[in-house]
Amino acid sequence: MPRIRLEGLVKRYGAVQVLHGIDLEMDENEFTVFVGPSGCGKSTTLRMIAGLESVSEGEIYIDEKPVSHLEPKARDLAMVFQDYALYPHMNVARNMSFALRLQRRPKAEIEQKIAAVAETLGLTPFLERKPAELSGGQRQRVAMGRALTRDSSTFLFDEPLSNLDAKLRGQMRAELALMSQRVKKNMIYVTHDQIEAMTLADRIVVMNGGYIQQQGTPEQLFKNPVNKFVAGFLGMPPMNFLDGELTHRDGTMFVSGNGFDVRLTQARSQSLQHVASKEVVLGIRPSDLSHDEKAPEDRSLSLGIVVSEYVGAQTVLLCDCGGQKIEVELKSETPVRAQGNMRFSINPEGIHLFDRQSEIAL
Amino acid sequence: MSIATRANRLTPYIFMAPAVVVLVFALLYPIGYMIYASFLDWSPSQRIGEAEFIGFRNYINLAGDAAFRESFWVTIKFAAIVVTLEMVIGVGLALLLDRNIKGMSVLRTIFILPMMIAPIVVGLMWRYMYHPTVGIFNRTLKGMGFEEGIPWLSDGTWAFAAVVIADVWQWTPFIFILSLAAMQSLPRSALEAADIDGATEMQKIWMIKLPLMMPVLIVTLLLRLIDAFKVLEVILVLTNGGPGLSTEILALRIFRTAQEFQELGEAAAMSNVLLILLMVLTIGMFIYNKLQEARAAAMRAKANATGS
Repeated sequence: MPRIRLEGLVKRYGAVQVLHGIDLEMDENEFTVFVGPSGCGKSTTLRMIAGLESVSEGEIYIDEKPVSHLEPKARDLAMVFQDYALYPHMNVARNMSFALRLQRRPKAEIEQKIAAVAETLGLTPFLERKPAELSGGQRQRVAMGRALTRDSSTFLFDEPLSNLDAKLRGQMRAELALMSQRVKKNMIYVTHDQIEAMTLADRIVVMNGGYIQQQGTPEQLFKNPVNKFVAGFLGMPPMNFLDGELTHRDGTMFVSGNGFDVRLTQARSQSLQHVASKEVVLGIRPSDLSHDEKAPEDRSLSLGIVVSEYVGAQTVLLCDCGGQKIEVELKSETPVRAQGNMRFSINPEGIHLFDRQSEIAL
Repeated sequence: MSIATRANRLTPYIFMAPAVVVLVFALLYPIGYMIYASFLDWSPSQRIGEAEFIGFRNYINLAGDAAFRESFWVTIKFAAIVVTLEMVIGVGLALLLDRNIKGMSVLRTIFILPMMIAPIVVGLMWRYMYHPTVGIFNRTLKGMGFEEGIPWLSDGTWAFAAVVIADVWQWTPFIFILSLAAMQSLPRSALEAADIDGATEMQKIWMIKLPLMMPVLIVTLLLRLIDAFKVLEVILVLTNGGPGLSTEILALRIFRTAQEFQELGEAAAMSNVLLILLMVLTIGMFIYNKLQEARAAAMRAKANATGS
């Protein structure tokens, strides 16, 4: 429910600075996902919001109230941990009611609440069991249930699905998405899995090296990544990158490199007029390429097929473009040659250009 | 079954045979000797074969011996009091010192030093500290204006307190390091979850830390209890069981029965009584461990049976 704002958040461990001034605003009832590779600072940020890590510099505001000096319990939040963090000596019911019992709520109210939450999570038959008597998926649900029984306004999730097997992870992801629609609360979710980020988030915050790289809706980030890192991090299979140069010919711009020479649209050429550096990286998502032998040469790529991987409805081709690796995602019906070259037209919307030095999108 | 497979089955027993022989001679023979001796009227001047067999008379005598009953009671009282005090202080210290403060590792090392001193030395040390006129305690009291001082080793009640204090001083560190180790292996994230659920430090100790440490604490308690029943050297040096019988624990009584009264048979019978007492504790610990294992196995089976 509340608005949460991070202002210039810095975290240092001794001399090592791991977070370099995080500024972020999370709206009411928003599902925010922090995503990034290991060590990017996403979990640290979450733990600072939770109050489990001290803040070295900067401030956390919940509804404009600074909270960084407050104990976790004074911040009105619930958290689901990566290893579930259940109390091993308490049964499921007591695990879920722990916070309520500490608040000395009436017994009837606690029981009613536990029953309701257990029902929605399918935990009713297991209320008497200890965590050790549950499977991984059930423990995950109990952790979720423990957070749900409390009426906190904000939910924090620290990689809650990463200890589950692939099938269960998919299932729990769907249940989480459903839950986030039902309960109107702030959710802050940390993951390294970009699929979880894309499917669950209202707002994705991509982090790397202790900095926020970009934030926005999944669609914004997917379509308009601000730099090469974000472009390469979101999307599966990842975006292809080809080193090339910008050239001006025939009244328009071309991006050309080893094995390709692609014409840019008029509008794009206009906006690129004043780019200082001509050294660029061309980024194309595997799904923005489609097989078309008759496509004009300056709007397509001719690629040498190396390997074809059949993954069901799609086939991923690993190809070679003038010595650089490039992947293409096709519908499996497309006939694929085992060897030799094929021509692929490029979706003009799908051309991303990055400065080779700064890696910033042009 | 062919001869070859039969020989194969025998192989492990052949390998174990030397160990079994050593065990029989080094362990079972002395114990058997002691049990046999407890049925004899035997003085040190006799060979064991010359001693008269008197059946259970030694045990019957023990039951009627007020001095033995007194020292049995002193032993129980001593063990119960020191182990309780050591558990409370040891676990309490561990709770206090389980945090990252500079120099903590040095402090922890200092805390466990008493355990490393030979009991005889501990006894001597405390004897000088308890000395009625030149001991540090009474000199300090005198400095504070209490001219009388405390009759540390000459009054029954105070002498008992004195040996209790010395034992607590020496053995609290044992419980301290074991409970500190148990505490540091507690799941950190469960404690963080308790923070977020709104538990205060006290609530975390009572509702999370202590219950989770319980298996280690119970084993520690039993180990200490077994040890406390066997204590000898410190008390021997400090009070030699006196004044009167106020600090005469069983081990000391046994020692004196054999050394001073030259009643080897009766001393053996006392030893057996102590042995039975310790066996009960050891078997109790064994059963507790088995129960824990069985419970863990049952939980795992249940978790696997229900699947995801």
